[in-house]
Amino acid sequence: MTEFKVQERPGEGVSILDLRGYLDAHTATDLENAFQRLLGAKKFNIVVNCRDLSYISSAGLGVFMAYIEDVRKNNGDIKLTNMTPKVYNVFDLLGFPILYEIYKDESEAISKFQNTTKH
Amino acid sequence: MSSTSKTISKIVSSNTESLSDIREFVAGQARTHGFPEDEVANIVLAVDEACTNIIKHAYRFASDKQIEISVGRQGREFEVIISDDGRSFDPAALRNPDLKEHLTHYRRGGLGVYLMKKLMDTVEYQFQPGQRNHVRLVKFLPASPSR
Repeated sequence: MTEFKVQERPGEGVSILDLRGYLDAHTATDLENAFQRLLGAKKFNIVVNCRDLSYISSAGLGVFMAYIEDVRKNNGDIKLTNMTPKVYNVFDLLGFPILYEIYKDESEAISKFQNTTKH
Repeated sequence: MSSTSKTISKIVSSNTESLSDIREFVAGQARTHGFPEDEVANIVLAVDEACTNIIKHAYRFASDKQIEISVGRQGREFEVIISDDGRSFDPAALRNPDLKEHLTHYRRGGLGVYLMKKLMDTVEYQFQPGQRNHVRLVKFLPASPSR
C-alpha cells in the first residue's frame, strides 16, 4: 500500500499543506481533495510543504497544474517549499520552476504572501 | 562475465494500488545491478509512469487485468519490459511536448511519457495487432557495477 498523507495547518494569512510519503496516481486524489477543501473555503494563499514528501510522479504534479489556474484567478498562489533534492529534480525536469514559486523554507513562502498582501 | 542476466518478472493487477509494489520490485532489481540511488530513483519513476499510463490508457482503469514487469541485463543495458493486453498506445503521440506551452496552459497529464524519455536512455514501444503491448525501458549500466 502506498503511504501518503496530506494535512492542513493554518499559518499567518495562509493555509499550509504538509505532504508526507508517496504521491502517485493512487494517492493524487487525496491531494486533490485537500485543494478542493481549501478552494471551497475560499482559501487561496496556499503553501505546500514538501519536507516529508518522499516521492512524486507526474500524476502528483498534475494536481498542482489542475488547481493553480483557479487559485491565481482568485489572487492567490500555490507556493512550494522544503523539497528534497530527489523531489525537486522531478519538478525541475518538467519545468515547474518557470511557473511555480519554490522556496527552500516555508517561512520564505509565508513572508512572500504577507508582502504581496500589504501592497 | 556473462553479458546477460536471468530475467526476473513480476505480475501485478492493473490498478494504481499496485504502483508501490512495482516501485519496490524495480528498485530492488536496479540496486542489485549496481545503480546508485539517484539512478535507482530515476528508473523507478520511469517504470511508475509507464505502468500508470497502462492502467489509465491501455486498461482504462479496469482493475481485473494484468501488467507484467520483466527485468534483466542485456550487455551494458539494464532492461525493463512492461507488458499488457490492453488498448495499444499510439506511438505518434510520443513527440516531446513543448513544456512551457504545456505548463502555461495548465495542461494536466501527458507528461509521463516525457519524463520516461528524460529519465531513461531508451524508451521503445512495440505494438502488433492481436498481440501483447510491450514498453521497453533501458538504462545503461554503471561502468563498475558494485556487485
